[in-house]
Amino acid sequence: MSVREYLRERFMPHLWCPGCGHGIIMNNLIRAIESLGIKKNDIVMVTGIGCSSRISGYLDFHTLHTLHGRALAFATGVKLARPELKIIVPMGDGDAIAIGGNHFIHAARRNIDITAIIMNNRVYGMTGGQFSPLSGYGTLATTAPYGNIYEAFDTVELARGAGASFVARTTTYHVRSMKEIIEKAIMHKGFSVVEILSQCPTYFGRKNKRGDAVEMLKYLKESTAPIGSERKRKNPALIERGIFVEEDRPEYCAEYEKIVEKAQKG
Amino acid sequence: MQETEVLEGSEAVAFAVKACRPQVISAYPISPQTHIVEALARMIADGEMDSEYVRVESEFSAASVISGASAAGSRSYTASSSQGLLLMTEVLYASAGMRLPFVITGVNRAISVPISIQVDHQDTISLRDSGVIQFYVESSQEAYDTHIAAFKIAEDPGILLPVSVCMDGWILTHSYERVSFLEQEEVDRFLPPFKPKNFLDVNDPKSWGSYAEEDVLMEFKYSIHRAMQYGKERIKEIFSELATITGRDHGGLIEAYRTRDAEVILVAMGSMVGTIKEAIDKLRSQGQRVGLIKIRCYRPFPFEDILDNIKVAKVVAVMDANFSMGSEGALGMDLKAKLCGRRGAPLVLDCVAGLGGREVNEKRVLEIVERAREVEESGLPLDEPYWAGLRPEILPEGAENDRQGKIG
Ligand SMILES: Cc1ncc(C[n+]2csc(CCOP(=O)(O)OP(=O)(O)O)c2C)c(N)n1
Ligand code: SF4
Ligand SMILES: [Mg+2]
Repeated sequence: MSVREYLRERFMPHLWCPGCGHGIIMNNLIRAIESLGIKKNDIVMVTGIGCSSRISGYLDFHTLHTLHGRALAFATGVKLARPELKIIVPMGDGDAIAIGGNHFIHAARRNIDITAIIMNNRVYGMTGGQFSPLSGYGTLATTAPYGNIYEAFDTVELARGAGASFVARTTTYHVRSMKEIIEKAIMHKGFSVVEILSQCPTYFGRKNKRGDAVEMLKYLKESTAPIGSERKRKNPALIERGIFVEEDRPEYCAEYEKIVEKAQKG
Repeated sequence: MQETEVLEGSEAVAFAVKACRPQVISAYPISPQTHIVEALARMIADGEMDSEYVRVESEFSAASVISGASAAGSRSYTASSSQGLLLMTEVLYASAGMRLPFVITGVNRAISVPISIQVDHQDTISLRDSGVIQFYVESSQEAYDTHIAAFKIAEDPGILLPVSVCMDGWILTHSYERVSFLEQEEVDRFLPPFKPKNFLDVNDPKSWGSYAEEDVLMEFKYSIHRAMQYGKERIKEIFSELATITGRDHGGLIEAYRTRDAEVILVAMGSMVGTIKEAIDKLRSQGQRVGLIKIRCYRPFPFEDILDNIKVAKVVAVMDANFSMGSEGALGMDLKAKLCGRRGAPLVLDCVAGLGGREVNEKRVLEIVERAREVEESGLPLDEPYWAGLRPEILPEGAENDRQGKIG
């Protein structure tokens, strides 16, 4: 199937700015799904609100565009009603970890079979460049004109600590591994989290003088390193990327089925 | 001599808030409210303003933070819109119950779904039962003045309730208007520092929001209602006290515009009022006896003041930028409930206008007045509210037979 068949071309042109990382993520998400050969009708995509969340309008699956921060809660309902479907939930960093943080940790704790993709551009893009809980100390934002004094969450550690059984991180620079990681995350049975470091040249880039999209991509390349690599050993400040957690653990819907069976046996 | 500047409505509100010296501000971004809190963040960062600004992870937290700050005896403030105001709802009922006098700017925007960032009043109207006092404004100048009055009203010992100043998103927040500002000393004299009788005081422990005997809830709720009902006179006093300082009188709970001999009176609130006034002037110049009541204070509902101004009216046409699904618009319902059973009461034509930013222009206002004349002639009310500007061509088949907008 050609990539175009996954797109709702009637919704084009999309709203993303030139150079925005969200398009790269959408591209690789499509490629991952295509190479897995999953039928469009077996996928439900649930999103919240944000530039990132617009993705559900552009893709031709069953899509549910919900409320800011609530995508995972809606998705949990979808999954319980139709456990045989693949549920993919792309979210912005603000959407997933600020206003939706509570749903995020509880979805992880349940280990429910949903793929959460965090499109982390370290800023509230849609509302004009305020800092998010992933912006990090010292960054500039419209709500932090002299530097942000809040520390960032480490999404990987947060997901791991909350109980997700698949946790990975990649960037919009590393498109090939991004596709592979997304494939694995979709096929994983349990709650899978993929954090994708992305660029918002319009707000994060301009506010923090990070240059244009190309510069920002270069930065994503240079500031990250594969888990346990030589580069990381030499420079501990680098952000690790790769698969951090991949474990076979009881999944919520499967456990739910079992308990129903048990109860019905009496 | 007041300083005058041409500036964005959001900025005018930020200047008003700054002049009121809130000690704690907390907010979460949402369009079209964001420029207000960004301006405040900048003023604090630049040292022009001495406040604690707490950047939180949701509106739920923002409302909670300012409630806590208020209970601790601080003057506090937040702003939000649309989904953000809905997310604050659970907190706001509690804050009103605790009688916490903070101020919220409710920047009006439609509610999802479908997602829309355009203006209507559904968001703040959804909060009408919470115990939060609500003002609606027509212009940036009125927004500036009303915010300054709002803190004083909220903190009045006989009132002690949260106050929301509601202003139309984009139309007011993002357009540039000429606004005059008070001197800081004038504001300080009008609004002295917040010194509540009851607050979380380590030397005199008290508690808020605790479990009460089940048979007293009704009295607590009635007390909120009393504070609003009997607060009406106080609100008017505060508005006129401010008017003597500013030299600008926006009216009391309502503004009556050319109503004295009017046969048809429109009732509306928010920025559409400006358009309606122009349409009325036009109709007046053609000899039509038409007037307008602008609702400035929606909660408490200013029925007595409305009644005083509709004595000779034959039809009152209410323009609601909100709708209670399965029933009617909020203003229309309020008014009809109060008019019911009164001898000689005018007929009410209820219209839904401007949902999701659907334009309310002069043509639409004239259409509504025409409808009002039809109602007057027939002597019968509408079967169902009239949805002004509805586009039948995109409605499901059969909608043309609906009773919407049809007379009795
Ligand atoms: C309850 C609620 N509060 C606030 C908003 C406004 N809002 C829309 S998107 C957004 C943040 C977007 O940031 P992020 O999730 O990081 O996505 P991005 O736009 O950066 O992709 C906010 C605060 C909203 N829609 N709903
Ligand atoms: S504002 Fe930022 S996140 Fe939003 S589309 Fe533009 S570049 Fe992307
Ligand atoms: Mg973001």
